[in-house]
Amino acid sequence: MPDVTHSLTAAHQLAYTYKRSLGPVLGRFFTGLRDKQIHGVRRADGKVFVPPREYDPETGDAMEEMVAVADAGVVVSWAWVKEPRPSQPLAKPFAYALIRLDDADTPLLHAVDAGSEAAMSTGMRVKARWIDEPAGAITDIACFEPG
Amino acid sequence: MSESEERKPVEVLRTPVVLDYTYSAGQSSSRHLRAFGKGKLLGQRCPVDGRVYFPSRGSCPQHGVPIEGEPVELPDRGTIVTYSVNRVPSENIDLELPYAAIQVLLDGADTILFHVLGESSIDDVHMGMRVEAVWKPEEEWDDSVANIRYFRPTGEPDTPFDQYKEHI
Ligand SMILES: [Zn+2]
Repeated sequence: MPDVTHSLTAAHQLAYTYKRSLGPVLGRFFTGLRDKQIHGVRRADGKVFVPPREYDPETGDAMEEMVAVADAGVVVSWAWVKEPRPSQPLAKPFAYALIRLDDADTPLLHAVDAGSEAAMSTGMRVKARWIDEPAGAITDIACFEPG
Repeated sequence: MSESEERKPVEVLRTPVVLDYTYSAGQSSSRHLRAFGKGKLLGQRCPVDGRVYFPSRGSCPQHGVPIEGEPVELPDRGTIVTYSVNRVPSENIDLELPYAAIQVLLDGADTILFHVLGESSIDDVHMGMRVEAVWKPEEEWDDSVANIRYFRPTGEPDTPFDQYKEHI
């Protein structure tokens, strides 16, 4: 006979404390962030990948020529987040955007603090807002903002 | 941190993955856990062959039928059917290392309960050993299996292997 008592519930957290080794290319990228600089990697034909990739996605050749790029660029695509979750970059509504930085040929995924969805548009210019004490992580860029 | 340490290249990135769940016990396990909160051990009987499941999940995995009958109250003593020695500390177990993690067949049950053995040396623990529950003080009880702190040896003669060999 099923009874009518409510099911007991309990909080259950599953956590994995991963660390990953970065290697020379991504290591340079994250070391640069600590200095408030964004680096890409340049292929032989001059194409600049940001974030940097260790291997050419077309030929598989290793790429290792690191170049600094601007911390401002153009939104090439975006999605509005109405209700941010706790682990997301901003506590208020924001856009996840693919941003092609000046001097770069591929877009970087980051958050844009535009204030409202209406203020977002493809092609808009944005620039990085850095945190005060960068530590060598993508979160050293708090977000991008219009301008 | 010195200046030179600060300027070391970044070589490692921490990328923790944290998943926050709310676990729902469901009707059958909730009844079982609430019984623990009253100091009772409730099993349930399979309507097909009469095997007593403890804890009961509300269905018999062998016959694929719901188990809806009256709960069967079980005593808080039984037999160790197997065990392993634990030498690694665990946040929620306050026994001194090393201790034995045991599988207990409660008297009258047909399935085993995982628990730990206290008031005993790992040199003494063995299959067939008779054990009884040591409960926390009642004011600390919750709807939890942890109301039993551990099992301890009763000193009774061992249960003969033939009586529990089907339950290992
Ligand atoms: Zn059955």
